[in-house]
Amino acid sequence: MSVILKAENISKQYRLGTVGTGTISHDLNRWWHKVRGKEDPFLKVGESNDRSTKGTSDYVWALQDISFEVKRGEVLGIIGKNGAGKSTLLKILSRVTSPTTGEIKTKGRIASLLEVGTGFHPEMTGRENVYLNGAILGMTKKEIKLKEEEIIAFSGCERYIDTPVKRYSSGMRVRLAFAVAAFLEPDILVIDEVLAVGDAEFQKKAIGKMQDISKGEGRTVLFVSHNMDSIMRLCTRAILLKNGTIIESGQVSHVIDTYLSTEFGATSNKTWEKNNGNDIVKILSIKAHNQNFEKTDNFKITEKVGITIKYKVMESGHKIHSALNFFNSSGVNIFDSHESNTVLYHEKKHPGIYEATVWVYENIFSEGVLVVGVALVTHDPFQVHFHERDVIAFNIVEDLENSPTRGDYVGSLPGIIRPNLKWESHKITNND
Amino acid sequence: MHTKEDDTWLYTISSKRKLIDFNFAEIWRYRDLLFLFVKRDVVTVYKQTILGPLWYIIQPLFTSVIFTLIFNNLGQISTNGVPPFLFNLAGITAWNYFKECLTGTSSTFTANQSIFGKVYFPRVIVPMSITISNLLKFGIQLGIFIGFYVYYAFQGRTLGFNSHVFLLPIYIIMMALLGLGLGMIISSMTTKYRDLTILVGFGVQLLMYVSAVPYPVSEAKAKFPEAVALIVEYNPLTQIIEGFRYMLLNTGTFSWFGFLYTLAISMVLFLIGLVIFNKTEKSFIDTV
Repeated sequence: MSVILKAENISKQYRLGTVGTGTISHDLNRWWHKVRGKEDPFLKVGESNDRSTKGTSDYVWALQDISFEVKRGEVLGIIGKNGAGKSTLLKILSRVTSPTTGEIKTKGRIASLLEVGTGFHPEMTGRENVYLNGAILGMTKKEIKLKEEEIIAFSGCERYIDTPVKRYSSGMRVRLAFAVAAFLEPDILVIDEVLAVGDAEFQKKAIGKMQDISKGEGRTVLFVSHNMDSIMRLCTRAILLKNGTIIESGQVSHVIDTYLSTEFGATSNKTWEKNNGNDIVKILSIKAHNQNFEKTDNFKITEKVGITIKYKVMESGHKIHSALNFFNSSGVNIFDSHESNTVLYHEKKHPGIYEATVWVYENIFSEGVLVVGVALVTHDPFQVHFHERDVIAFNIVEDLENSPTRGDYVGSLPGIIRPNLKWESHKITNND
Repeated sequence: MHTKEDDTWLYTISSKRKLIDFNFAEIWRYRDLLFLFVKRDVVTVYKQTILGPLWYIIQPLFTSVIFTLIFNNLGQISTNGVPPFLFNLAGITAWNYFKECLTGTSSTFTANQSIFGKVYFPRVIVPMSITISNLLKFGIQLGIFIGFYVYYAFQGRTLGFNSHVFLLPIYIIMMALLGLGLGMIISSMTTKYRDLTILVGFGVQLLMYVSAVPYPVSEAKAKFPEAVALIVEYNPLTQIIEGFRYMLLNTGTFSWFGFLYTLAISMVLFLIGLVIFNKTEKSFIDTV
């Protein structure tokens, strides 16, 4: 497959704070350097873009030295935390803004689907807006005319199509906008988070359409989403951005796992020293471990997962229970579990250090990354003393040699859990 | 399979850009968008109004009436034998076209930042569409002017076109270029310095008074202090307004020097506007 898009050392610098005072002096300074043929003085002072740490300079690099290639027909997923530079990258790709340094070469026309519905005019009818929006997105009138009926049918707004858009509900507006965008036929399509629109029914329709675009029609797509599930389903390759640089690229599941492990500190244990509870109880540590109580990052599907929580009770007279949330890599809450059948469950605890361990049976989790949240609660009367999500993460790996759920099958086995169910089969009658 | 064609890039996105990067092929590809923008501007302005497109006519008529009352009846400004109302209507019609082009394009970036921030299309389409949709309005208003012209002619007033009337299209183009050029310069600057939006608001108002709209240049020369008279006389807008009245009402003066120099200024301003606009469009979204 040929390379259709090539990004070389893309960097983008932004100025922090209020742009206003001081801009003239900076502009003049820049201009003066430029006149003398020197480098821009403000390009040097930029720092990497980490939202949470305080920098010393007013300039940051939202993207730094991004290089990648996209092949024709590939669906490239771009993932990363908020502020990792995903949207900036898409903005550069869709030519909304230009990079500070570096360049992107492309062999195809790029159209973007960044937050649909741009350019809708409230006073114009749905049909007029289909034309206007289509033209803004780069379609010619002829192309739109050919697809007009399809677009309207897909949006499900037939009845309102000759009514001004200002009378539409926000959901209808989004449906119509998405419908226009979905029938775009650029060589490269850039999509950002559009799946988060409309009601459940329309989302399903939208995801289906995306799949058609990327799989069936063999279009090149760059797809940005926080939803690991849709990244997993739609993309053939992924890149992971962190603080404006690419830290991983390649196979989708691998990149997603790296994402989760780097962003959630992929450690299977955590200890707390502060912000760890209230005056009644404070959590001290949580650890995922095997049957020998050894901390481990990787569990087999066929292995029991042990999780031990340690906490310190400060005030007597409260029943304290531990609770856990289990999420998979797509952010699906697989299940929650809390202490309910221990000896200490009904006892009001005295100050001291306590420990609770739970064993998740073998053959429950499917393969992938598991992210755990922990809480300390009282059930009677109900009170949450401490709750934190994404505290530890560990991998569930599959032992292909020795899998009770697979038999001789080695292909993909989807689903969020992997129970080892009991099957029964027997012959009813001879064949005649 | 590596064909030769496969190795050529369609386009490159980078921070560098040529000084004048006016891609006609690209604009041509977006001609439907241009047309739809024009349609949007024309159709939606007076939606949900009772009088609708009549507003296109009412505004210049009322302004002319007021001007006539104030400047000609109250102020005793001579219009050299031309009916004052017609004199003012001609000036206002021409002035309005320039003004609408200027104010319309001067907010290009700030008014469209939500679209510009999400989708790429040649940005210059927006000021172009404003100029064209205003041309339609200008056409309507010119029609009204001609209506009154005919009316006055039937009333027995001696009115005459001037033989230079064939220059009218060029005058219209000059107005468009001036409005577009200034508008593009201002719109580019306002992305960073909002002061200009405020300036445009009353600046245009003031500009009208030094562009000989409500009075002929001869009056300015006779009554203004010399310095002000010079400003009025050599203001390219005065040249256009005065020339406009010269062609349609056969009043005032015309000089080829004034014509050529106005044409030159219009072209230069337009080119400067295009260069600045071009430079701004690639990264304005970061500063707007």
